[in-house]
Amino acid sequence: MFKSFRNAQGAETRVLDDIDLDIRKGEFFSLLGPSGCGKTTLLRILAGFEQPDAGAVLIGGRDMTGVPPNLRPVNTVFQSYALFPHLSVYDNVAFGLRQKGIGGAALRDRVGRAMETVRIGDFGTRKPDNLSGGQRQRVALARAIVNEPEVLLLDEPLSALDLKLRKELQVELSNLQETLGMTFVFVTHDQEEALVMSDRIAVMNRGRVEQLGKAEDLYERPRTAFVANFLGQSNLIPGKVQEVSPGGAVVLTEHGLLRTVYGADLSVGREVMLSIRPEKLRMERDDETEGNEVRARVDDIVYTGAENQYLLEANGQRLVAFQLNSDIGADEDFDYEEEVALYLPPASLVILEEG
Amino acid sequence: MMRRTHPALSAWAWLVYGFLYLPILVLIIFSFNDSKFGGTWAGFTTKWYGVLLAREDVREALTNTLLVALSSTLISTVLGTLVGLGLWRYSTRFRLPLTFLLVTPIVIPDVVMGVSLLMFYSLVRGGLELTGWTFENGFWTVMFAHVTFQISYVALTVRSRLAGYDRSLEEAARDLGASSVQSFLRVILPLALPGVLAGALLAFTLSLDDFVVTYFTSGSGFRTLPVLIYTSVKKGVTPDINALSTLLVLVTVVAIIAANAIMRPRPGRRGEA
Ligand SMILES: Nc1ncnc2c1ncn2[C@@H]1O[C@H](COP(=O)(O)OP(=O)(O)OP(=O)(O)O)[C@@H](O)[C@H]1O
Ligand SMILES: [Mg+2]
Repeated sequence: MFKSFRNAQGAETRVLDDIDLDIRKGEFFSLLGPSGCGKTTLLRILAGFEQPDAGAVLIGGRDMTGVPPNLRPVNTVFQSYALFPHLSVYDNVAFGLRQKGIGGAALRDRVGRAMETVRIGDFGTRKPDNLSGGQRQRVALARAIVNEPEVLLLDEPLSALDLKLRKELQVELSNLQETLGMTFVFVTHDQEEALVMSDRIAVMNRGRVEQLGKAEDLYERPRTAFVANFLGQSNLIPGKVQEVSPGGAVVLTEHGLLRTVYGADLSVGREVMLSIRPEKLRMERDDETEGNEVRARVDDIVYTGAENQYLLEANGQRLVAFQLNSDIGADEDFDYEEEVALYLPPASLVILEEG
Repeated sequence: MMRRTHPALSAWAWLVYGFLYLPILVLIIFSFNDSKFGGTWAGFTTKWYGVLLAREDVREALTNTLLVALSSTLISTVLGTLVGLGLWRYSTRFRLPLTFLLVTPIVIPDVVMGVSLLMFYSLVRGGLELTGWTFENGFWTVMFAHVTFQISYVALTVRSRLAGYDRSLEEAARDLGASSVQSFLRVILPLALPGVLAGALLAFTLSLDDFVVTYFTSGSGFRTLPVLIYTSVKKGVTPDINALSTLLVLVTVVAIIAANAIMRPRPGRRGEA
């Protein structure tokens, strides 16, 4: 699927490029990416507010391309909530059902249940202007889920809330999705939020899907430098493939030969980029000669409470290592300028796609 | 929070208001004066209002005025509302020039409006004569002339009424199953309605009070109340004209107060989305 926007000068910008997603029924699916990468545009195409220039949107096997938003089995929770200010909370929630011609006891029943589900049962007669941010968020949610859509689209629904409320609602939203069994497509630029809530995540960058997978897959085995650094932090080490065996590859780097369990299918001599998470680096005082070790010097230490973050200098490269701040190894804290041995476990050394 | 105003400042304010309203106050008082000539007070009476309503020319001018005001308000409210909605809804590079074009008829001198409309009508008449058709200056020319300046007021009131609302409201309605017509009727129009009503009231009073543009475009046979007042006072101010002016002032003031009340944001409406 492709999407371009024409700007006022008539120049085209490609906002979505070759998007091909298969979102499963009943899953919590997140679109994660930096600002301006096209998340909202993609969501708007799913909702029917924008049309793709090429490609199709299928929902439940039916082709929805060109179908107007009001005829799609999809509802949206807007980033700005977009509650109708002239209607009470009850009437806001009832809007979609009334539109379908549902009235009387059935209407009261379903609206009441939706409001109970998101715990705004007592606010029925209030106007949206007289609600707090979190309460408005719940109304927006109730207004969407009451229609029992096949897919619920959520565009950064929590980004306007303060941290504590956001955490609470993250949990509530996950639970809600599980109880309802509804397909959620959730847009966020907060990587932690995506990791905590989603079954699967599509990481987007500049209109493309960089990688799609479970939170754990994305974190443990990022395929591109962008994913490696957008989801958490990574140390990137360039090198050249020296040797390949069924058990993985050996890569020649600034730090000598490094063994990894990945890259069994690579060709010898190829330029690659290795990536390893800061918390997977093991800092030791002595070499243990099992290989995959790098000599480094402590440049700076950042104390964050739960862990110590060490900025290290190794063979002219800057590396970052996080070590858990456990009581037991008080003597294991390292000092400024101290020479250490860094162990890079082969199972944590990931080979990225572009070298 | 109330703050104490400096005495000099409040004295100044009283002076300004006095300057603005004293002439009108005098006019109103003398409309109840039991004397054929202004200047001396001869006791209270309401007879001038009776005299007024008995005058054939006043009744005719009143009918003309109301017909022009009602029909021009109807037309300009529909057109102006559409323009206001368009300005709110579409963000084009023409938005600024369009807004500018709307403000122009408001700030342009009435005389210029009047002259240009007069010229325009005679040009149109000249063109029409080639086809054998023609029209007299009268009801229609005055009515459309009023529409030209009323549209701006309606459009700007509607636009400012909607200013705080996000376009996503319309999308939300579409998302919840409303067709574009339904979302207009159930969401956009109710939100814009106070602006539409206030704009209509404003347009109505503007038409009611208009003298200059009407004078230029009305021709000889068609008179509205302001024009009638003008031609009457040329022969000298009479108490029944005072009474007529008082009635005009009354209607206008009531309409403006109503328009303000409608537009005033309800308590609790916050700017945030
Ligand atoms: N209607 C439009 N016309 C022109 N360009 C647009 C339009 N809508 C979005 N864009 C551009 O498309 C790109 C993607 O926008 P989009 O809103 O999808 O990003 P996003 O990932 O949702 O960002 P954010 O996290 O800031 O909400 C941006 O560069 C934006 O400027
Ligand atoms: Mg967005």
